[in-house]
Amino acid sequence: MRTASEITALFTGPQVHRDVYTSPEVYRLEMTHLFANTWVFVGHESQTPKKGDYFTTQIGDQPVIQVRHSDGEIYVLFNRCPHKGTKIAIDREGNTGKFFRCPYHAWSFKTNGCLLAIPLKKGYEDTGFEDSESAKGMTPVGAVRNYRGFVFARLAPEGIGFEDYFGGSLSSIDNMVDRSPEGRLEIAGPPLRYMHKCNWKMLVENQTDTCHPMVAHESSAGTAVNIWKEMGNPEPRPPAMEIIAPFMSPYEFFEKMGIRTWPNGHGHTGVHHSIHSDYSAIPGYFESLCETYGEERAKAILDENRHNTVYFPNIMIKGPIQQLRNFIPLGPDKTLVESYIYRLVGAPDQLLARTAMYNRMINAPTSIVGHDDLEMYERAQEGLMSNGMEWVNVQRLRTGDEEFDQEAVENGTTERQMRNQFDAWVKFMTVSMEDA
Amino acid sequence: MPVTREQVIDFIYDEARMLDEGRYDEWLSLWLEDGHYWMPLDYKQTDPHLVTSLLYEDMFMLRLRVERLNGARTFSQKPKSRCHHVIQRPFIDEMREDRIVTNTSMHYVETRLDEQFLLALTAIHELAVVDGAIRIANKRVDILNSDAAFGNIQLLP
Ligand code: FES
Ligand SMILES: [Fe+2]
Repeated sequence: MRTASEITALFTGPQVHRDVYTSPEVYRLEMTHLFANTWVFVGHESQTPKKGDYFTTQIGDQPVIQVRHSDGEIYVLFNRCPHKGTKIAIDREGNTGKFFRCPYHAWSFKTNGCLLAIPLKKGYEDTGFEDSESAKGMTPVGAVRNYRGFVFARLAPEGIGFEDYFGGSLSSIDNMVDRSPEGRLEIAGPPLRYMHKCNWKMLVENQTDTCHPMVAHESSAGTAVNIWKEMGNPEPRPPAMEIIAPFMSPYEFFEKMGIRTWPNGHGHTGVHHSIHSDYSAIPGYFESLCETYGEERAKAILDENRHNTVYFPNIMIKGPIQQLRNFIPLGPDKTLVESYIYRLVGAPDQLLARTAMYNRMINAPTSIVGHDDLEMYERAQEGLMSNGMEWVNVQRLRTGDEEFDQEAVENGTTERQMRNQFDAWVKFMTVSMEDA
Repeated sequence: MPVTREQVIDFIYDEARMLDEGRYDEWLSLWLEDGHYWMPLDYKQTDPHLVTSLLYEDMFMLRLRVERLNGARTFSQKPKSRCHHVIQRPFIDEMREDRIVTNTSMHYVETRLDEQFLLALTAIHELAVVDGAIRIANKRVDILNSDAAFGNIQLLP
């Protein structure tokens, strides 16, 4: 087992050691510490709208159930029977009625996890059962918070509070939700599920990597631009051009778009503008936003065109297109990416159609843009096994020591947000380690 | 002159062979200009627009996809993928002068480097006859386990 000081030594500021991506031991420590101490995304409330609705997922490597209890609140429970460990729910979603019933020996639990009944209960009389852990029922996670429909959980019972953890970064969720004339989002169908043979952090880092699109995506975005040119630049542009072509924007575009970092590893690209800025207007949408918010505020909401917002440790959201990507770790070199889309309640369907188009064009296992990215991650995962060098360089636009506990806005091609993530990574890895 | 059932069945076989042999220009020329290639994400999905699909591509996207496969900087195709369809005799579900619909079960294998995977598919072709030639008006491909997590699927099932 590594000590806190050994973990701390894996990130020097300009460099990060390859073990953070490749070591099974570091990965296990991440599951024990990092994913327990941070606030991790679970699901959206609209996935469990009615009492008894549940949805199964995982936090780090921990199987959990998000469920709507009879009091209307959302609970997050470990998906494990307190009797002999059987998973209580195995399907991805469903409705369990007033209680969960274990399929093995029929212990039952209220939808907040409390033990409800055991068949042949008298077999436990005079056994001291009521003092056992099992008598409490299904274990809830340490803490749960539903923020404007997005459910986050902290596995550890004690630790940093939700507001302290996210701070100003919640403004990105706010902007995404405010884009609904009713201030509400709703899940739109199942997520894309895309398997990556690489470490989960490569995906998270790539969300604010603004120096790769014009290179790695030249094959898709560059070819799209060329075909359109050969066609004589017809207007209106084919939908693919609106979505894919901005990936070919020059370095200058990305430099000027800016990157903002917040404490605890959160940050976003697209402070001033982004690849989502030039989408065509959808008839009737602005008018309905004005009705809700007034013209000035409606304008302000739509003028915010943040590109990718990373919520550390492992999700990214795109406010302007209502997409959320969950980078679920399955092993040091295996990550499942689930890409969800949401409907802006009260907005025209065309917005959702564009969002669905974006999701499939960019983030599907069948997406040519996705192919470009996955190839890079998997090559990196393989390349890191080389002993020619042990360190990964994240030095771009780092001119000295950095204070990550201060919000900062910098040139859009900085790797500061990657460093910010590793600063938070060290913090939440070591906070619960013995020699911290 | 109307086409025969045998011509329709041969057409489906020929199309699969074009894909396997990488004859994409020929393959693109089978399509009507307003056609869509749809691959749903969800089992029995009915709507291509307001929920996510794996593919819902117009001719611009299909051309882009084909063109990209041969690009000098298409790194995910270095080396290139190969694919292989094994198809069952198509059912002809509709056979009218202006509209033919077929339903074909297939096993699709795609490979690159040391990896190879198998998908079980049902392809539904909506065909039209233009100037005596059969053309693809729309194609829907349902993957049996479309809701499973996949790595890259780079060619066209
Ligand atoms: S394992 Fe659940 S009731 Fe026995
Ligand atoms: Fe990318």
